[in-house]
Parts: sequence; C-alpha cells; structure tokens
Amino acid sequence: MTETRDYDSIPGTYVYDARRARIGYALNMFCMSLNKPENRRRFKENEAEYLDGYALTPEQRRTVLERDWLGMLKVGGNIYYTIKIAFCDGLTFQDVAGKMSGVPKEVYAKMMLDGGRSPDGNRYKRTTGEQQRG
Amino acid sequence: MAKIVAGIACSHVPAIGVAIDKGMTHTDYWQPLFKGYPAAREWLAKLAPDVAIIVYNDHASAFSLELIPTFLIGVADRFPIADEGFGPRPVPAVKGHPGLAWHLAESLILDEFDMTIANEMPVDHGLTVPLSITCGQPDAWPFPVIPLCVNVVQYPPPTGARCHKLGAAIRRAVASFDQDLRVVIYGTGGMSHQLQGERAGLINRRFDTAFLDGLTRDPLALTKITHTEYMREAGSEGVEMVMWHVMRGALDDEVAEVYRHYHVPASNTAVGLMILENRSSA
Repeated sequence: MTETRDYDSIPGTYVYDARRARIGYALNMFCMSLNKPENRRRFKENEAEYLDGYALTPEQRRTVLERDWLGMLKVGGNIYYTIKIAFCDGLTFQDVAGKMSGVPKEVYAKMMLDGGRSPDGNRYKRTTGEQQRG
Repeated sequence: MAKIVAGIACSHVPAIGVAIDKGMTHTDYWQPLFKGYPAAREWLAKLAPDVAIIVYNDHASAFSLELIPTFLIGVADRFPIADEGFGPRPVPAVKGHPGLAWHLAESLILDEFDMTIANEMPVDHGLTVPLSITCGQPDAWPFPVIPLCVNVVQYPPPTGARCHKLGAAIRRAVASFDQDLRVVIYGTGGMSHQLQGERAGLINRRFDTAFLDGLTRDPLALTKITHTEYMREAGSEGVEMVMWHVMRGALDDEVAEVYRHYHVPASNTAVGLMILENRSSA
C-alpha cells in the first residue's frame, strides 16, 4: 500500500478501498458466510476448523480468533463484514466501536450520549500525533 | 401519469430496528428519538402514496464482495427479509411493484444510467428500518416498494453529483409511466457517523444541520462535497449521505420542508428525518 490517497490523512480510519479489497477478500467472505445460521453454528462449535475453509493469512486468522477488531481492519477487514463475527458473539456495533477506540464500554456509551466524538482535533492525523501512511 | 409527490430523508440505523422489534421505544434512551416519529407517520398515512422508491445500501446481506453493483433496482414482486447475521427482522416481507420497476429499469438505462437489475433479492435493515420508522408495525406494509441500492460499502461510492443526476433521471422516468400513481421516494442512511477504527463515534452536528438546511435550498451546492470531505467531517460512514442526493434529485427544484427531526445518538449515529414536498403538489 505505497500509493497515498487524500483521505489517508484522516486519523483512526480504515477506508475499504482497492488497496484493502485486494488483501481482505477471503477474510470478508468468511464473515459473509456467517449470514447463514448453520454456518454460525459450525463456526461457534470449532472456530479454528471452520476458518480452515477460508484462505486467510496467519495474521488475519489471529485477529479473528483473538477478536482483535482493530487488527481485522488493518489486514483488510471491512466493518460491515467483520461485525458479523460480533453478532455471533452477541455483541453490538457499539460494543465493537468502543473496543476499536480503546475505551471501556461505559466510557464510549457516555461519549455518544454527550453528543459523540467531536470532529475538532480529529480531522487530520497531525493533530492527533499519528504518522501519515506513506 | 405517475408523479413523484414527496421525498423522505431517513437514517437507517440498525439499532432503531432492534429497539422497535424488542419493544424498547419508550425507554429513557430511545424515547427522545422516537417522539419525533409519530408526526411523520401521520403525514405519510395522510399522503397514502401508491408506491415508494427506497434508495438504500445493502450491508453485506444480499450482495457480498463477489459482486458489487454501484446502482441496482429490484424488479421482483416480493422481497424477503435478509438474515444479516442475527436472524431476519420480524417484519413483513416487502411487496414490490414490477410494473413501475421494469419501466424505471428500461428508462434509466436508455437515459444512460447503467442499472443492475435484480429479480431476486432479500432486503436488509437499510430498507426495512426506514419503513418501520415511517409506517410503524403493520401486518403488511401499506404500499409496494421499489428497492434501489447504491454501493457505499466498497470505496468509492458514486459521487453526490452522480446520485443527484440519477434522481433527476428517476423523476423523468416516473413522469413517463402511463398509470396514475403517486410516488414517494426515500433517501436513506447517514447522518454523521463512524463505525470503525480508533475514531469510531464521530458525530458532527454542525455538518448535519448545514446538510439538512442545504438539501432544501441549494442541493446542487451539496453535490460538490467530496467523499474525503464526507469522511473527514461526517465520519467514514457519513458518506452514506450521497444516497440522499438521489432522493433530492428526483424532486422538483423548488421544494418545501414540511418536517424535520434530528437526534444524537442512536447507538453510534446521528439520526435525521426530513420530509420534502414538491411545491407543485403541495
């Protein structure tokens, strides 16, 4: 992913573009399979064995088995797909959003009730200290 | 002749569907949102449209990454409710309108909008939550629905300008249908929200308010908003608001805002609901 895009300057954001689509297809298609109740049952019974049916990289496999929600995005996961793993676990979008932003569930929920995360100071990576991807 | 009489802009947050399905709408958390819905339901019941076109996005339900249609129209006579990973919502299946839908498909393609045509397709919360918000919990939906899907899951979605032009083509196509039908069009999704990454939870009330104001008064100015600006200002998933441009483009240049409701939060999202009527049909 050497080519840069203007939205790479947005902090904490993983746009599912061609660069991610080219590495994330198998991971996301595994997630898609969880739309079927029979597959959800099989996945829950033996996660490692179920994942053998999909051509995931070792790192993609790790992020799924360890429920590393942020890590999944970094290896090509698309949130609309990876959230299906969370649904399998009985988690909500807000539970996962809290985990990705690295704060306890209650802290995240309160931030939302207070009006959400402000765009001020969160528009460009340089204002949050992150390095731009190059 | 068929005619588009009004447009509805409506967020489609899945948690709103869950709150309705589980009977939680009167809780302290949900009541401030749901108190804004009865007025819209009354308006729609009084309008009693013959058919609705609902512009929404599929969320890895009917379509996976295997096939990613940028614009798609559903021509079936019935659309079942999708299992999105936690069982289908307990809502009625959606009745289609194949007559108008096929007319739209043919007209739009000949008008240079290269639609994908779906004969079989389950519909997910993107379509059913706006129905629940505006129709409540009936045993059957009060009108047939033509689903019109826009890709916003794989970057890049179509531009706001392109969406507005598609809306204008829908307006022309509806006007050339030879039955007397009163049509309402929904633009769904948004408003500001980000579901992913360390920046999850982003909300921008100022952006949303300006968008709501501008949609009535100067929608062409809003079509110049780039994807990067949506993502930076309104969150990565805020880019769903391009779908509102399809609805707005299908209306007359002059519209009247007849209702607005805005609330933060529903789960991770800022929720907007706005009703626009064509001046010519007011």
